[in-house]
Amino acid sequence: MTPNSKTLLAGLKNHDPRAIGRAISAVENNGDVAADLLAALDQDLINKVLVLGITGPPGAGKSTLTSSLITTLRRQNKRVGIIAVDPSSPISGGAILGDRIRMMDHALDSDVVVRSMATRGRLGGLCASAGAAVRIMAAAGCETIIIETVGVGQSEMDIIRLADITLMVLAPGFGDDIQAMKAGLLEVADFLVVNKSDLPGAEALCMDMEHIFSSKQEENGIARVLQTVASEDKGINELLAGVDTFAHYLETSGIKEKRRGKALDAETLDWIIEMLRPCFVQAMKDDPCNKDPRIRAKKLINTILASQDSFNNNFKKRHREYK
Amino acid sequence: MTVKKTPYRVLIGKPGLDGHDRGAKFIARALRDEGFEVIYTGIRRTAAEIAATAIQEDVDVVGLSSLSGAHLRLFPEVVNELKKRGGADIPVLGGGVIPEEDIQLLLGDGLNAIFTPGTPASTIIRSFTEACQQHRNHDAQQ
Repeated sequence: MTPNSKTLLAGLKNHDPRAIGRAISAVENNGDVAADLLAALDQDLINKVLVLGITGPPGAGKSTLTSSLITTLRRQNKRVGIIAVDPSSPISGGAILGDRIRMMDHALDSDVVVRSMATRGRLGGLCASAGAAVRIMAAAGCETIIIETVGVGQSEMDIIRLADITLMVLAPGFGDDIQAMKAGLLEVADFLVVNKSDLPGAEALCMDMEHIFSSKQEENGIARVLQTVASEDKGINELLAGVDTFAHYLETSGIKEKRRGKALDAETLDWIIEMLRPCFVQAMKDDPCNKDPRIRAKKLINTILASQDSFNNNFKKRHREYK
Repeated sequence: MTVKKTPYRVLIGKPGLDGHDRGAKFIARALRDEGFEVIYTGIRRTAAEIAATAIQEDVDVVGLSSLSGAHLRLFPEVVNELKKRGGADIPVLGGGVIPEEDIQLLLGDGLNAIFTPGTPASTIIRSFTEACQQHRNHDAQQ
């Protein structure tokens, strides 16, 4: 372990904001210390943390709800971590990370750890390093971590894997979009938050959603459709009480552990593919052809596996990036 | 010269009571289009809030905008707040309606560069790029 990683790990234990920021950058950028750090994080804290995912279409009030949740969690004296994900430009690779604007009330609270992250080309509403960022925040003493995804449509469901509990935020007036989402995120979300519930149409939206969520609700009697006006902190206590009860249910029934196990497997698979990618990109460049992509893929894999030496060398060379 | 591998992260902030954020947003968008990841804090922030955010977000550079005439007090205050929080290595750039005679004062107070109205976006982006590179090199040496 390098002196640098030791300093960072000590900083995480002491809740030092600079160390937390640096550690997340190290994993986000595949820095030298990333592997050291990730191997040495406090596993007990990671097991204990509660990870909430907040997702929903753009404009439903995800950031405002997040800020309101922070206020309430802080009143309960909980140390909170927030990972706010915004999209990277597919053209320049740049990004405007603007979720903080609604969370600036908490800027000087040392027990509110916020990190804005760009998707960096990854689809699915999250960034590749979100999982590692969650674990770093947990190791730095955060008890509840909120992940706010990019504004999603129908199938950006990565958050389901990373969060223990997923809240889908909707607001009245989204009309047909909501119909379209019925077969996607709605099925897998744990809670449905009807935000801006002081607007006309909220009641009707709640009734629709309760119908969809009725079978989930019967499972354990916990109300899954809740109304909030996040900008006025209305309904947040009730929402958090529901989340706590549900978290307890997940814990005692063993579902949390199962969900985490599955999530880690999925994240591992993502990393395998990510780490192999450069090697296969090179193989494609070396052997250009216009066969059907599926046939070509199979052929490339076979060629690479057959010439194991060249695969190993090529892979090792490229793999160094991820040390 | 090290090779740039990952996007530079910068924070654009507006300290003080000035609500004119057209310039700040213009720069934020111009930087985004050059491949920067830009954290925008919104208007009417204190120097302490901006510095604390910059530390949490582990940015390479902080850019400040002020059009209200309070730059002589607010810009150096951000530099000092960064220092207090262990971020003395993070360069701070400033822009806005700033009289010629104030520029040297601000540079003397630890600002990395100052831009006045009419500065071409390309000049500003070059300064941000250089300051980010300088910060990454500083990191690499540690």
